[in-house]
Amino acid sequence: MTQDAVRPDGDAAAAFFALLRGHPGQTLAIALVIAAFVLSFGYVGGFFSSTRLSPNRFVDALEANSGHFPGFRRAHSKGICFSGGFVASSAARSLSSATVFDGSLVPLIGRFALANGNPYSNDAKTPVRSMALSLRPAHGDEWRMANNGTPGLPFGTPEAFYQLVLAGTPDPRTGKPDPEKMRQYVAAHPEFTAFGERLKAHPFSSGFADDSYGGIDGFIFVAPDGTRRLVRWSMQSEDPFTSFSPAQAEGKSANYAFEDLIARVARGPVKWKLVATLAEPGDPNVATELWPEERRHVELGEVTVDHVESEAPGNCRDVNFDPLTLPSGIEPSDDPLPFARSAVYSTSFRRRAGESKTPSAVAGQSVSSPQ
Amino acid sequence: MNPPKFPLLSRLFHWVMAILVVTMLYVGVGMVSTTSPRYHQLLTAHESIGILILVLVALRLINRILNPPPPLPADLPSWQRALAKSSHVLLYALMFALPLVGWCMLSAAEYPIRLFDTLRLPSILPPDPHVFARLRAAHTVLAFTLFAVFLAHLGAALFHGLMRKDGVLRSMS
Repeated sequence: MTQDAVRPDGDAAAAFFALLRGHPGQTLAIALVIAAFVLSFGYVGGFFSSTRLSPNRFVDALEANSGHFPGFRRAHSKGICFSGGFVASSAARSLSSATVFDGSLVPLIGRFALANGNPYSNDAKTPVRSMALSLRPAHGDEWRMANNGTPGLPFGTPEAFYQLVLAGTPDPRTGKPDPEKMRQYVAAHPEFTAFGERLKAHPFSSGFADDSYGGIDGFIFVAPDGTRRLVRWSMQSEDPFTSFSPAQAEGKSANYAFEDLIARVARGPVKWKLVATLAEPGDPNVATELWPEERRHVELGEVTVDHVESEAPGNCRDVNFDPLTLPSGIEPSDDPLPFARSAVYSTSFRRRAGESKTPSAVAGQSVSSPQ
Repeated sequence: MNPPKFPLLSRLFHWVMAILVVTMLYVGVGMVSTTSPRYHQLLTAHESIGILILVLVALRLINRILNPPPPLPADLPSWQRALAKSSHVLLYALMFALPLVGWCMLSAAEYPIRLFDTLRLPSILPPDPHVFARLRAAHTVLAFTLFAVFLAHLGAALFHGLMRKDGVLRSMS
């Protein structure tokens, strides 16, 4: 009975394969066409490449370097959310046609963070901080930024950053990075030493509110008349700068910088000037090189932060501050880093989005400035 | 005797969408594999072409209902007839599903979508990272499925054209 049930299919298959055997040349041709598509698809997808720097490889390296903390960002993992507003200057409107520069009050959200990959870092041991922003005009394109509190970066290309992450990754046998690997990296990358010198000359601020944050990368501002300019921007703190000293954090909690920020916002709004620096022809568009101080600076407007709250569902926790989420009127330049940042942040976001969440180090806080 | 042909509009839809869909599969698999500047260019193109495909496949389905395809050869074995029918249902389903899942997942992740650098696309799902994660995984699975079904479709077309010589391939050319 079973035999009868399968026989028609068996006959059909036998007839089909007999047809293939009767046309060996055509069968081979079809197989080759299909193989060509499969192989080219695999080639484009990097399935046969052991060297292509894919975002997955990059995020794997970040996780190996800092440890795997499910649900958290793979970099700048310890953070707090904020909201506020931005009002542009008229000078901004002459540089870029972006809607965020129309001079009206643009609502914004953002995130302050420590610039490393451990969500439970000690604030006093990580004085490099970041300020991510998402400007959300009621009518017009959103603008996301991921700004860093360092004078440029120690690497200018995604490959150099990847090698740095690898060199600093703890050896599974010793639990510590191999000093020889770091020596080799430093020898091969003079820009790393140059950055270290700049960092020494650039004192860290005491906390988030008196820190200034640079956009690091070069972007193109497109003016209403079509003029294209290479710019970098930075958030200049209006709070008086106080330099960080490890002694000041002595006896304070591991979250002292976040707690100070919450207390500061409770006293009143905190403000930053958003300033653009305009490149001159020949200025290097790479994050390892600063532009000369005398370059023209244009005040684009003022950012006000009047509310901070712990990371929670639906706030900045669930936003990917992709530096290539740009409004019409601001475009990527030939600086290679933002493209890699965009790709890697996206993969970090994809991974953490699917992971179950645990509360952030600074949990349960929500404070607004008095009106 | 001339074998029956697809109407001109149907053939136009087929070949334009064939190029777009296959291009999209390569763009998609390529963009997620790189941290080079190509990532951003490919992603921007992927979003724009994806929505274009969604619009085209909707029009194409209407056209298919108004202008039905010619019948398959009468001597085609029933199992091949069944495969042909189900693979076409699958192709249409995937051409709808991939852009819709893409649009939904970007909405759930709060990514703004701008098409061809001008048109802003509204969000069609409330923000939810878990929904994003599931849809993002589904997008990959569906894309690989579409690539496999495309290969089967291509193989079958060549089988008809080179071996059976039954006019099926010519009906679309």
